[in-house]
Amino acid sequence: MSDITKQSLTELIENIRSKKLSSTDVTKAFIDRSEKSEELNAYITNDFTSALDKAKKFDQKPNLDLKLPGIPMAVKDLFCTKNIKTTAGSKILNNFVPTYESTVTENIWNEGAILLGKLNCDEFAMGSSNETSFFGNVQSPIDKDLVPGGSSGGSASAVAGQLTPITIGTDTGGSIRQPASFTGTVGLKPTYGSCSRYGIVAFASSLDQAGPMAQNVKDCALLQEVISSFDPKDSTSIDFKRNHYSKDLTNNIKGKKIGIPKEYRVDGMPKEIEDLWQKGIEYVKECGAETIDISLPHTSYALPTYYIVAPAEASSNLARYDGVKYGFRAKGENLIDMYEKTRSEGFGTEVQRRIMIGTYVLSSGYYDAYYLKAQKVRKLIKNDFDEVYKKVDAILTPSTPSSAFKIGEKTNDPVSMYLNDIFTVPVNLAGLPGISIPAGHDSKGYPLGLQIIGKAFDEQNILNIAYAMEEKINFKNKITDWWIK
Amino acid sequence: MSIDHKTIKHISKLARISVDEQRAEKLAGDLNSIFDFIEKLNELKTDNVEPLTSIAETTLKLRSDEVKSKNIREQIIKNSPQDNEDYFVVPKVIE
Repeated sequence: MSDITKQSLTELIENIRSKKLSSTDVTKAFIDRSEKSEELNAYITNDFTSALDKAKKFDQKPNLDLKLPGIPMAVKDLFCTKNIKTTAGSKILNNFVPTYESTVTENIWNEGAILLGKLNCDEFAMGSSNETSFFGNVQSPIDKDLVPGGSSGGSASAVAGQLTPITIGTDTGGSIRQPASFTGTVGLKPTYGSCSRYGIVAFASSLDQAGPMAQNVKDCALLQEVISSFDPKDSTSIDFKRNHYSKDLTNNIKGKKIGIPKEYRVDGMPKEIEDLWQKGIEYVKECGAETIDISLPHTSYALPTYYIVAPAEASSNLARYDGVKYGFRAKGENLIDMYEKTRSEGFGTEVQRRIMIGTYVLSSGYYDAYYLKAQKVRKLIKNDFDEVYKKVDAILTPSTPSSAFKIGEKTNDPVSMYLNDIFTVPVNLAGLPGISIPAGHDSKGYPLGLQIIGKAFDEQNILNIAYAMEEKINFKNKITDWWIK
Repeated sequence: MSIDHKTIKHISKLARISVDEQRAEKLAGDLNSIFDFIEKLNELKTDNVEPLTSIAETTLKLRSDEVKSKNIREQIIKNSPQDNEDYFVVPKVIE
């Protein structure tokens, strides 16, 4: 069956449950396609041999009651996988083999899924184009030499290119939603505290969240149901009642109030994005929802706040990479010299840049002016959301201020690269859930996404709105298989 | 404000990242453009705003202090760049 990789996760599960397909059939098909897709550079490490073994074992004694019965899945290389190299896209972790499994991936394997391999990403998830990875650029399946977005670029490329039926990424400032938007896929960043951070290589601990990336909203809801869990091993994991997101999924959004924030109409935003947003507004109205103009007055301060908070936390988190207990070590004349050379040779340019920013804003004499200031503005940004959520149930915005750009186009200007995350960053700062769904194409035929932001812990509501809109939009991703010879 | 060469050298020392002259120059340029962008925050008066220190707004849970992992010393030592029996090895620190 050559069309196996074209099936959605939901279809594959049905076919495995009804014994029309075996886990081995499905796993083989995705391995074959992955092997033909080396040019995308979506994988850092593959685990194909043991994936096939696991699939065969599953077929011998299939437990079809599991939520992901025998489904092969590749994951972002930021999740620690026991006994399988985990690099975070960095030279400094190029030889690191975790002795433990992240909670999120553990949840996935417990439901019957099978690891295909580890997917490329920006180094330590710092980037918006997957160009900062030590393991090289990822190509977008949409077009040659186009970035897939970042930092979960390998994940986006693998789902859009049908190398894996579904995947997980992490999102600190937009790293799931922006690549989803660039590749015509669905990406959900859950509420902070919904998915455990245990075993995920840390970037900025008060912002990081894992989340699903999928071909459609239903698949996305199912994976969210699997990965979201209360975990005592993560001190900020929250014990709340989690929905059966896929079972409870409905396209009935009649009477829902959806806010349209005027501050997201930024200078220089292409008309195509504005038009897409208007179309989105029409769609939710057709579904029986009501739109309300709202104001989030501190929106333009979100990116500057983020570029203090995230690097500050990163500089603390990345202090552990010193060449002593694990990872890369450079030769030095003495201990300090060894530390300094290890970090200079082991970290790439963007990571060093962010560690330097973080170190500076936390350093003596500058803490109040930068870090404390940013924490105060972060409060104002959160207050904006708290205020509008008294009137609306969700917020509709574009996902990104532009469609995907070419590899190399923005690498020399860090600030223009950072501006990619202008619509996604406020959501992380306020700890809210947000989902990006494909909503149309620009004049070049590249996908464009719309973002739905929800109240904290209200994933079900934004999934429902996304589900209803998906039906109206009827988006078809244009994948030409350009990279397959 | 402007981040000069001397400041870059100071930060790189704090961050334990060695930076040569050429890179210091480039970093100073990059950091200045980033901080120009960050300066926007000074438009806001925040004297009476409480800083947001935790987004999750929960108190830390207590748990009993028990060892849960099995003996994984060997596995952990195996990840070190240099080791000697049960120890991590670093360059000599005592003369």
